[in-house]
Amino acid sequence: MAKVLVVTSGKGGVGKTTSTAALGAALAQSGQNVVVVDFDVGLRNLDLVMGAERRVVFDLINVVQGDAKLNQALIRDKRLETLSLLPASQTRDKDALTEAGVERVIGELREKFDWVICDSPAGIERGALLAMRHADLAVVVTNPEVSSVRDSDRIIGMLDSKTLKAEKGERMEKHLLLTRFDTARAARGEMLKTEDILEILSIPLLGIIPESEEVLKASNLGMPVTLNAPTSAPSRAYFDAARRLNGEDLEVVVPLERKGFMSRLFGRRVA
Amino acid sequence: MSIFGLFRRRSTAPVARDRLQVLLSHERAVIGKSDLIATLQEEILAVIAKHIKVDRDAVQIKLERGDNFSTLEIDVEVPSLAKTNKAA
Repeated sequence: MAKVLVVTSGKGGVGKTTSTAALGAALAQSGQNVVVVDFDVGLRNLDLVMGAERRVVFDLINVVQGDAKLNQALIRDKRLETLSLLPASQTRDKDALTEAGVERVIGELREKFDWVICDSPAGIERGALLAMRHADLAVVVTNPEVSSVRDSDRIIGMLDSKTLKAEKGERMEKHLLLTRFDTARAARGEMLKTEDILEILSIPLLGIIPESEEVLKASNLGMPVTLNAPTSAPSRAYFDAARRLNGEDLEVVVPLERKGFMSRLFGRRVA
Repeated sequence: MSIFGLFRRRSTAPVARDRLQVLLSHERAVIGKSDLIATLQEEILAVIAKHIKVDRDAVQIKLERGDNFSTLEIDVEVPSLAKTNKAA
């Protein structure tokens, strides 16, 4: 059965779009059919990070308003045939997204894919609420930094009250994805520790993505990092996170930048 | 200052954790409370409106949030009874 996943955070710039692309490509590489949906109407970027910016013809708003068929708007990834993108509109404003229209599109996507990954805009306004509205589970992207943790707390509150699942009285499954993590600085006490963030937000940990040059390199090229540098430290963390989303029980480690078996040997235990 | 104090001064992360814990415990409580206060305000006004004509502009509402308790002050201007009778 299809799963609808929202990648959200409240705060901007923490890595929602990067993580949506990386997790989407990781899940698609395991053979499952994945679509990543950009909900950031007016400020779309998922197309750019996925390297599909020149192939956008129709977008989410066109489909929501019935001006285009879903199949016309979906962009199949050139490198991974199990991965598709539904881009956001760059010109229209967020009010063009209607609740009924989004519900219909999500319903159609559920029929076609195993995973529907919704990339939420920052903030707690209409776009962010519609992105989380139909989700079965949520990935809360957080940086080890006070303002990001505070905003994540707010978003967790909204996931527990404003989603369809919450309104039906069901439990919304939420996972914490810590990004831009610097193990050395955390060890020196310059960065919030994983345990502290987990204690404050009290949701389970999906993964810790180490700060890495590879993330920027990949987005420069229009590649999800899990495609461009699959053996790099952030990619290994994303692949592990994807396996956890599929129900595997893996110990969370922060992979080191060195490649090969040495890094596995010295991968630091954190939780 | 103890010898541990010297070490603690170097790391800023524990300060961040403590600030967040205090802030969030307050914010979570306030979000719950503000709904209760708003509901109270509406219902109290509705009860008053049942008996006298309330001009919404003549209602002063003050809310003060404290650590241990909050106060909700509703100041309603009641027209003199003679006037009310005349109007009725």
